[in-house]
Amino acid sequence: MTDVAETTATLPNVVYHQIGKPLVRTDAPGKATGKTPYAGDYVMPGMVQAKVLRSPQASARLVRLDVERARALPGVVCVLTARELPDRLAPTDIPGQTGQARLKTDQQILVRERVRYHGEPLALIAAESTDIAEHAMSLIDYELAPLPGVFDPAEAMQPGAPLVQGEDNVVARHVIRKGDIAGGFAAADLVIERTYRTQFIEHAFLEPEVGLAWVDENGVVNIRVSTQVIEHFRFIADAIGVAHNKVRIMGALVGGGFGGKEDITVEVYLALLAKHTGRPVRLEFSREDSFMGHGKRHPFALTYKTGIKRDGTITALDARILSDAGAYVYLSPYVLLYAAVAAPGPYRIDNLNVEAASVATNNMYTSAFRGFGAAQACIAYEQQMDEIADALKLDRLELRRRNYLKTGDPIATGATVPSAIWTERCADLAWQALGERKEPDGPLRYGRGIAAYQQSYGRLTFLHDTSEAWVGVEVDGTVIVRSGVTDIGAGQASALAQIAIEILGVTMDNVVVYNSDSAVTPLAGTTTATRALYMTGNAVRLAAEAVRGRLLARAAQAFQTSAEHIELANNRVSVLDNSARAMPFAELVKMCAADGIQRQELSIFRAPFSDKLDPETGQGQAHPDYTYGAHAIEVAVDTETGEVSIVQSIACHDVGQCINPAAVEGQIEGGAAQGQGYALSEEMIYRDGKLMTPSFSEYLIPTAMDVPKVKSIILESRSGLGPFGAKGIGEPSLTPVAPAIANAVVDAIGVRIYDLPITPEKVVRALQALDGGSETKSGDGGTVNR
Amino acid sequence: MASDRAITLRVNGRSITTAVPAHRTLLEALRDAGFVDVKRGCEKGDCGACAVLIDGVAIDACLTLAWTAEGRTIVTAAGLGKDELHPLQTSFIEKGAIQCGYCTPGLLIAAHSLLAMSPDPSEDEMRFELSGNLCRCTGYSKVFEAVKDAATKMAAREAHHD
Repeated sequence: MTDVAETTATLPNVVYHQIGKPLVRTDAPGKATGKTPYAGDYVMPGMVQAKVLRSPQASARLVRLDVERARALPGVVCVLTARELPDRLAPTDIPGQTGQARLKTDQQILVRERVRYHGEPLALIAAESTDIAEHAMSLIDYELAPLPGVFDPAEAMQPGAPLVQGEDNVVARHVIRKGDIAGGFAAADLVIERTYRTQFIEHAFLEPEVGLAWVDENGVVNIRVSTQVIEHFRFIADAIGVAHNKVRIMGALVGGGFGGKEDITVEVYLALLAKHTGRPVRLEFSREDSFMGHGKRHPFALTYKTGIKRDGTITALDARILSDAGAYVYLSPYVLLYAAVAAPGPYRIDNLNVEAASVATNNMYTSAFRGFGAAQACIAYEQQMDEIADALKLDRLELRRRNYLKTGDPIATGATVPSAIWTERCADLAWQALGERKEPDGPLRYGRGIAAYQQSYGRLTFLHDTSEAWVGVEVDGTVIVRSGVTDIGAGQASALAQIAIEILGVTMDNVVVYNSDSAVTPLAGTTTATRALYMTGNAVRLAAEAVRGRLLARAAQAFQTSAEHIELANNRVSVLDNSARAMPFAELVKMCAADGIQRQELSIFRAPFSDKLDPETGQGQAHPDYTYGAHAIEVAVDTETGEVSIVQSIACHDVGQCINPAAVEGQIEGGAAQGQGYALSEEMIYRDGKLMTPSFSEYLIPTAMDVPKVKSIILESRSGLGPFGAKGIGEPSLTPVAPAIANAVVDAIGVRIYDLPITPEKVVRALQALDGGSETKSGDGGTVNR
Repeated sequence: MASDRAITLRVNGRSITTAVPAHRTLLEALRDAGFVDVKRGCEKGDCGACAVLIDGVAIDACLTLAWTAEGRTIVTAAGLGKDELHPLQTSFIEKGAIQCGYCTPGLLIAAHSLLAMSPDPSEDEMRFELSGNLCRCTGYSKVFEAVKDAATKMAAREAHHD
């Protein structure tokens, strides 16, 4: 269900033949007929099956590890422990082609002595069958001596807390300071301070981590793997001690990622086992392995103190942000930086102080997840906006209107956003679409909430991101696109096809995309950070435009006119305003071939490069650009059971330009469902570091019974940095959903629950406390009237 | 290790004979026999990615022991269309109901089972019958659109045949 608003674009209208149309994605038919092979569907002659033995304790010393009985089991091919490995670490830093110095944050490949989290791998097994590998696991004898652990980041910061590793549990700090914070609070009529908490979340992609590795005739370790990042090949090579050109990663269509396949998962284990056994090795995580085997979304505690004038103008914000990094650093510093930059949200706050820290614990390590820290910040700033509106008795949208960033305003880091900022229009449209308010019905109380956001697309500009793509035309008029980009389900490859055919004037049935091979396809960078369309889409645009330029020149010669008078569309070449003068596209390509004109191009796209943010003030450029929008929610809360159901879920985003509106809607609908789980039902529960929710029976993602029909209102400012003015929508679609739900629940029952998820138990307890007359608010701090 | 026993399974119109131990699940047996469109998601009946039709009814293959399926008719997602695509496959493609696609085979099977029981399902019926199939990408909206669209197409086809 979409309303694409009539164009209010900042660029002149142009007629597209392929862009902006809901074309069938190139990957859809294969997936619908069961023909598409995923990484786990490949087999090789002589292949062995692998398993990972994991620590059942979160903080311990490995006293003894005896694998001799397992090795002696018939059918066991190889058992590896840390003793058999060189003393190398598995890199956990930000992936990709950046030349920046890496953090010293790596993880041991297998436990040598110290276990730091529940599930940390102790040993690898390869056997003739999965049954034998599982049997062998049960024959490994080990002894773990428990060590004191630390499971709360605030405790982990205290002097004397058990150290997770190194000399300090604080793994990262970021500050953002601008304006006059004391003056800003002095000018305020009202100061509100609250703490908002978020939980550990699991990506819950349907396809668990899986891969197949073998060493080829050139000594290259080949790994066919489900990953968002084929360019981990360099880190994998470093981890196993071979040259970078001796590891090749071949992706496959990925069965969901959401950030959970951004770090290395099975690759290093596979590479080691393939080298040790000399045979092809397959490793597939079980669901429990998957829940234990990749980083989670960071829990955050965000304490927001905002100064406001009676008219609703924000005079100052002091935000203290604390995230749980878990047992290894991974991408925690970057997630924290995103949260700090996003801290004031889509609001203009000139007096700003943000102090953010990420702290190691013996919980599961945390890393990338759709929204990447900016989502957690949104949960704080949008709940606080509602609390401010309530305190001022001001309409929630009106309060926001008085503070939105406008196009051209500086954001938290002092940089200005290069694109249009349409937050106000998005929030108003989403809110209006909710329609008439519903009256209470028996135990049901209805409430509505809004949340607006700012979410970056493209990687941090100090990482100097680039992306490459190759476009060529065959002599029969068909088009080939080659690019390393991984397709994790959003239609990344299909979008590249749609861009190439728009520029070359052919139709979707005449294009094939080859992607995701680190040795063969041009390196395109990661499918992360809402960057694939922006970066690789632009690389394809550049390559296709170069080819188009040569084709047009040849066509102009053939028709004895100038190139500006030639149109390429729908597999035809024609002279504008003279449709009689035309030829098939293939005819033109043949002419080029006969003349030896180059019919391919390899292009590189470079994002804006910047220095790192100023370490004292956090000022500078952080990201290339940002997407803006809002989500409106209507809930029904059952005051007897505490159950919250979503009645209406309405998104309005400025996506810049739809490449494929059906794919954009798909992102928005999926983001709405994930945000709903984040708000209401999902939590990875760790008790003293031990995972209590190891399956989908305990970890509850939304089902077909839970998610309402999502309405998407899509605006196109055509002002983004992506191809044709596109912005990114992968992460933005999720970011505002959970706070909109939290605000809707307050609207329904009159009490706020400060720690997600908003479970029925918490709702019932909050209502009981309300009935008891004692107003309990779990958000620390309070409201001060000055 | 239990000793293996030869069993014959009828899958997508083909007969396959395979030797399996008693504890081998239908999911493992089908994948080992090359029917890799049957997806492994949780191996405990939570996610529905491995759903297959057994005598027309959607069953999680991970909760079914392979030997119990002997003599019964098994259809996987790849076996839904014969010479042309099944209307459910066409509708899933056309309505954009597929993102990563890993849950798609199971959803197609569950939807097929639903439409066999109830050719014109209500929204509630559809939500209930598909609730055993987890999808993390789509938010289900386009899946419902696709199933409704397929039901319409199939009804029209029935009417045409009458």
